[in-house]
Amino acid sequence: MSGTELQQDAERQITICNACRYCEGICAVFPALQMQRSFVAGDIDYFANLCHDCGACYHDCQFSPPHEFAINLPKTLAGVRQESYGRYAWPSALAPVFEKNGLVIAVIAALSVTGFLAGMIAWNAPGALFSAHQSPQGFYALMSHDAMVGLFGPVFVFSIFAMLMGLRNFWRDANAVRMVAGPAPASLWQAVRDAGSLRYLDGGGAGCFNEDDKPEDKRRLYHHLTFYGFLLCFAATSVGTIYHYGFGRVAPYAWWDVPQLLGTLGGLMLAAGTGGLMAAKKRRLPDLVDEGTKGMAMAFLLMLHLTAVTGLGLHILGGTAAMGLLLALHLGVVFALFLTMPYGKFVHGLYRFAALVRFAMAKRTGLKTRVVA
Amino acid sequence: MTAPTDQNLADLSVDVLVIGGGNAALCAAIEARRQGASVLVVEAASKVYRGGNTRHTRNLRCAHDAGNEILTGPYPEDEFWDDLMRVTGGETDPELARLTIAQSKELWDWMTGAGVRFQQPLGGTLNLGRTNAFFLGGGRAMLNALYDSAEKMGVAFRYDTAATALDIEDGFFKTARIQGPDGPQVVRARALVTAAGGFEANIEWLTEYWGERARNFLIRGTPNNRGTILRMLLDAGVEPVGDPTQCHAVAIDARSPQFDGGIVTRLDCIIFGVVINNRCERFYDEGEDFWPKRYAIWGRLVADQPDQIAWIVFDEKAVGRFMPSVYPAISAPSLAELAEKLGLDPSALAAEIGRFNAAVVDGDFNTEIHDDCRTEGISPPKSHWARRIDSAPFHAYPVRPGITFTYLGTRVNHEARVLMQGGRPSANIYAAGEIMAGNVLGRGYLAGIGMTIGAVFGRLAGKGAARHVGN
Repeated sequence: MSGTELQQDAERQITICNACRYCEGICAVFPALQMQRSFVAGDIDYFANLCHDCGACYHDCQFSPPHEFAINLPKTLAGVRQESYGRYAWPSALAPVFEKNGLVIAVIAALSVTGFLAGMIAWNAPGALFSAHQSPQGFYALMSHDAMVGLFGPVFVFSIFAMLMGLRNFWRDANAVRMVAGPAPASLWQAVRDAGSLRYLDGGGAGCFNEDDKPEDKRRLYHHLTFYGFLLCFAATSVGTIYHYGFGRVAPYAWWDVPQLLGTLGGLMLAAGTGGLMAAKKRRLPDLVDEGTKGMAMAFLLMLHLTAVTGLGLHILGGTAAMGLLLALHLGVVFALFLTMPYGKFVHGLYRFAALVRFAMAKRTGLKTRVVA
Repeated sequence: MTAPTDQNLADLSVDVLVIGGGNAALCAAIEARRQGASVLVVEAASKVYRGGNTRHTRNLRCAHDAGNEILTGPYPEDEFWDDLMRVTGGETDPELARLTIAQSKELWDWMTGAGVRFQQPLGGTLNLGRTNAFFLGGGRAMLNALYDSAEKMGVAFRYDTAATALDIEDGFFKTARIQGPDGPQVVRARALVTAAGGFEANIEWLTEYWGERARNFLIRGTPNNRGTILRMLLDAGVEPVGDPTQCHAVAIDARSPQFDGGIVTRLDCIIFGVVINNRCERFYDEGEDFWPKRYAIWGRLVADQPDQIAWIVFDEKAVGRFMPSVYPAISAPSLAELAEKLGLDPSALAAEIGRFNAAVVDGDFNTEIHDDCRTEGISPPKSHWARRIDSAPFHAYPVRPGITFTYLGTRVNHEARVLMQGGRPSANIYAAGEIMAGNVLGRGYLAGIGMTIGAVFGRLAGKGAARHVGN
């Protein structure tokens, strides 16, 4: 098989897994690989993105290191996964961003915050940053709604487009040799349920592993908090947008109003979830960690965490002189998050979801070998 | 420096000492601890490799009157009995066999209670879905659950620690010497459970029965099953059971590691080609029968070939039709080049394949049944699934005998107590697992029965040892 060094090592390991099959009850990766006898690079990327990194197969495997077969799929597939984000990135010229991801995201976030701060100071009257909290317009006194939409809208649209292109690249590669076909809606719904419940972050029912060989890990809970917290925050913004354009109701809203309630709850969940995930990441058993993937994961978690914390800060201290600074901080972080979405850990959700869809389709209708002309 | 004597060694005192760290040992430890005994387990392997051959297992066979959410249907005791009689040809202790089968019914609940999880077999092993309970994640996952339960109950463990001597007087166990990372120690225990496996990893011992051939054997499981404890017990006057010359031998990939290659080294493509020795001669009917019957005979067949090596040779038609294995096949565009790669005489290989091809009678190829693709006029014949080896590229797997376990053990009674020569039970020595499996499985093999015997007699040993301590 051609492919990167990591892909080739993954293929070597997966071939052994395919001869053993003891792990077939743990998650989707093993039933997926058991559908084939040989593997190409696109298959390996598909398996890597199907893997939820629960760690169970490492502790269950009779061939994990120091055994000479050296089976360690959680670590190897984590490395392949990170590589695959670069391979599928659009435009491909930006693929190297994944190599020094932690650093790149940190620099962009810092520049973004500085930019918002500088902009708010330059465009407004002197001292406005510290007095805007008294203005009846609230934070729109510092940056108008139109300016926000004008800045965030295009970035958001571009990010969505870039991610869709990446998804297209991933799907093409996964189906390069063996295709899935058939009733996509049912498989799509299956994948929504599997992703929404993190069905495969559970060691097949025994629980997943993090710092030791006990299946007592809480990452599944933290991820639920993070993901659903993020969705609630997104819902808060969406409701606010509908209020604004649909009903002419302009922010700030009362604490009991829908955008505020959604945002507060979402923010708390997001802050707690990302905090838990970061702590879990620091405690993770070194044997399972691909050092090269740490920066990207931490950068993404930190960005989400800062988004939540600055948002909550704005909510609590919005009536004080700190409002201006907090607004610049919050908008700067959110802007950087949107801008780097296609070039950071955010994409893991998209590729994993696509992999789950493909797995559900393959289970229903099997794999069809493509006839090469 | 003088060698330490028992007098000046640090003493350890415990109710029940368990030697070994696999399924049987853990079942004994947990059961003894549940009865209130203090328990120390000494495991010769490090923590990563703990569990002996249990690491390589996948399921246990258990009788049950009704299926459940995982077992697909009933497996009555009588059917289990028939299966056991079929594979052993009656070489079993009927009382202990009945006991094993009857108590196997409790194992599902017992294992589940100890944290073990089961799963439905998905691919390749569906035929065992009714009779065998599959461990979620395999044998090592099952062991991890048992160790976790035992630790939480207060069972003490010593890894990298081997028992080096047993003080047994007239069938009564007094002390054991152990050797671990902290040096030698003496353990005083009121009862001893030996669950330390067979002797298949002791090549020297195997040569006693197999001669120099044994030096070319590969051991599929732990390197720690050297029979040290078995030998000590037999030397102390325990009655042996099982044919010492016999072992379970299958044909595995010759490139496998000397030990611990496990399940992935097996090759199940024999029916798709021919098997030749290093003189390029076929030596047995490759199409005689289905798995698992053919599985257990090929190890022995290869052991009887010069240098204990053979090659399964097949062509492109067979690729992708059998379970994959750990190493890729050796391939070449022509038979002559394949022979070069294998270190065989190209003209001899061409002649043997030519002879075989000329003898093939065409039929409807079907691996699900004993089909009519066979040879005529050659010896040995290939009775089924015979197809000409003529589609390049050509492939080969080298095979050697892979030893799974040995049959020699200690005779035990229905309490898992070892019996001394003459039939008198030892006062306080118990045995469980492979070290006594020969009582029940005197010959042959039945998938998952090793785990059944280990768990049933492990539990009996643990209970018996704790009862002895309580008296």
